[in-house]
Amino acid sequence: MIEQLELLPGYLTAHLQLTLFALLIGTLVSVPAGVLITRHRWLEQPVLGVASVIQTIPSLALLALMVPALAALGFRSIGFFPAFIGLVLYSVLPILRNTVAGLNGVDEALVEAARGVGMTPGQRLRRVELPLAMPVILAGIRTSTVWTVGVATLSTPVGAPSLGNYIFSGLQTRNLVAVLVGCIAAAALALVLDGLVWALGAAVLRRRQGWTRAVLATIALLYLFTGATLVAELRTSNTDQVVVGAKTFTEQYILSEIMSAHIGTVTGAPTRILSSLGSTVAFDALRADEIDVYVDYSGTVWATLMQRHTTATNRAEVLAGVRKFLHDEHGIELVGSLGFENAYALAMPRAQAKALGVTRISDLTAPAATLTIGGDYEFFGRPEWKAIESAYQLQFDEQRMMDSSLMYQAAGSGQVDVISAFSTDGRISAYDLLVLDDELGAIPPYDAIILAGPRLVRERPDVIAALRQLTGTIDADHMRQMNRAVDQDGAGVTSVAEQFLREIRD
Amino acid sequence: MIEIQNLSKRYGDLIAVDDLSLHVEAGELLVLLGGSGSGKTTTLKMVNRLIEPTAGRVMIDGQDVGGIAPYELRRGIGYVFQRVGLFPHMTVGENIAISLTLLGWPPPRIRDRVAELLELVELSPGVSADRRPSDLSGGQQQRVGVARGLAAAPHVMLLDEPFGALDPLTRDRLQQSFLRIRKQLELTAIFVTHDMAEALLVGDRIGIMRDGKLIQIGTPRDLLRSPADDYVRQLIETPMRQAQVVDALLEDTSS
Repeated sequence: MIEQLELLPGYLTAHLQLTLFALLIGTLVSVPAGVLITRHRWLEQPVLGVASVIQTIPSLALLALMVPALAALGFRSIGFFPAFIGLVLYSVLPILRNTVAGLNGVDEALVEAARGVGMTPGQRLRRVELPLAMPVILAGIRTSTVWTVGVATLSTPVGAPSLGNYIFSGLQTRNLVAVLVGCIAAAALALVLDGLVWALGAAVLRRRQGWTRAVLATIALLYLFTGATLVAELRTSNTDQVVVGAKTFTEQYILSEIMSAHIGTVTGAPTRILSSLGSTVAFDALRADEIDVYVDYSGTVWATLMQRHTTATNRAEVLAGVRKFLHDEHGIELVGSLGFENAYALAMPRAQAKALGVTRISDLTAPAATLTIGGDYEFFGRPEWKAIESAYQLQFDEQRMMDSSLMYQAAGSGQVDVISAFSTDGRISAYDLLVLDDELGAIPPYDAIILAGPRLVRERPDVIAALRQLTGTIDADHMRQMNRAVDQDGAGVTSVAEQFLREIRD
Repeated sequence: MIEIQNLSKRYGDLIAVDDLSLHVEAGELLVLLGGSGSGKTTTLKMVNRLIEPTAGRVMIDGQDVGGIAPYELRRGIGYVFQRVGLFPHMTVGENIAISLTLLGWPPPRIRDRVAELLELVELSPGVSADRRPSDLSGGQQQRVGVARGLAAAPHVMLLDEPFGALDPLTRDRLQQSFLRIRKQLELTAIFVTHDMAEALLVGDRIGIMRDGKLIQIGTPRDLLRSPADDYVRQLIETPMRQAQVVDALLEDTSS
């Protein structure tokens, strides 16, 4: 608990940076846009239509889409900016719609009176229409505030730390305390910010000048504080800090801690961990030098990036192909293999496998029609699944997508029959699952490999040398044991990493 | 002095005002009278350019209003209308002073002028300038509306059925107040109404409109003596007949 709360100031500040500035820009865009729409009627349908379409894009996808979009435009595509721009887009609709509704709702008699007493169109807007529409516009800003605080927790996978880090890593490592801290903090923040906007509206409406000033001062202070921290961070992010990336599962958290601590001890370089990155986000970030190093798996690069579908390939051949591809196509160096494989594997409860007489994937071909298979979000869309399906002629009764952290439990409790397990996951033994033999070699090998980005390769040979020392230091049993320590025994990621480094140095 | 020359307003095929000409002398109050759709309000609104004419022009004191920026023109013309249109987010004082604020008067001068106007429209001392319009009765609200129209001491006033939405007793009191004020200020005004009794009461001259045309214009006496057609005769005889009925009733009960 204390360990989690120590992370709170950092995550909360990062969350505030995202939401406060997204709301500010969202308001500065939406209110004038709303005014423009009400002056030029023909704009109303197209503009509101576009804003509504943006709103219907699932928020996680909207934020993730910003990464390739920004990269295509040549901007920094990982971290604050994609999340920020996604949030701005998301904040627009409620404010825009309420601005239009508020202005349209102004009594026509008052508009005529405003014209009749000799107001210019600008004076009419400032003195009559906007003040009268203000309660409705503020209601829109409040809706937007609550949404934005919530959606900002989804900034984590695009590399922007937020309160979502608690939730993403907590769900993966089965740390419910972390998940709860993240949820409660986000909810409290939403309530506080919503309350501030409410207080501002109430004060202005009742013409309490002292009250209005106090609320405005509070809001201004919040902006000053978060603005200052944001500027400070954006300035320091260009220094010689080594950024270590991690995808969204336990093994990745542990490995990133190991690499970060090892680099720090050996080279003295300052390091920073950017965790819970989406799978393709991590690779794109490395290519663009937004992160410097992370661990990926040879089979993932082979199947997903190189689009190879050949079966029965051996480990050395895949590694060599991947090394050449990354170097030639992306200027990324494959520093070395850690010594274990974390492969996709089909697994099922041992008792059920025994009852059905299943030990190999080919044994599933016949009974598949009565079985349910569960997979993580990526699995059924990945080329490996297509390869397995066609190699073994599998036709399952039902496919269910679920979070990878829940898959093992689902299999253990019989809610699904077969899952797409990760071979190093500690929960395979914890739930007494049997990994089925892939005798046709449909699934490529998945050596865990350290990948270093172009900048690091060019500028920091000392860091590359330090990372190379980790080659071959972790075998599959060891990795499984560390994963299990975090997932099942509740050990902290940092302490597991530290213990590992102590062991290899002795 | 207001001079309207060959003024027309068309909306597509519909002719709202058809080649209308008239003039209002300085210090004179002209009533435009007609049923709904007769074009009287459209004519009025073309004077301060709330509606732009299709053809023709309006001159005020020899100047074509088409050459003046609409907002500047309107600041020099008092405008009072049936729907009152007091700004609910402003106080009574701020509503009355709005055109003065727009003209950039200093606050102390505005305060004095508001006090003066509250007295003129007989709201002072009962109603304070700090009140909200929603605190006032309908009649009080329209008194504020009149005060707002008079604030900048305009030399021309336009009134669009200003008392049409009030109950008869309140209307009567406001008409009496208005008569006193216009005498006191020697206003040049156009007053739109559909009520002949009100027209006879407040107007120096009455212009009768029908289907966008001015059918007859003259003093109440002119209209009574030589109505231009049956429509005018009916219009002017209605209040007379009602008065006779009331008289007869009074005689019955007193005898």
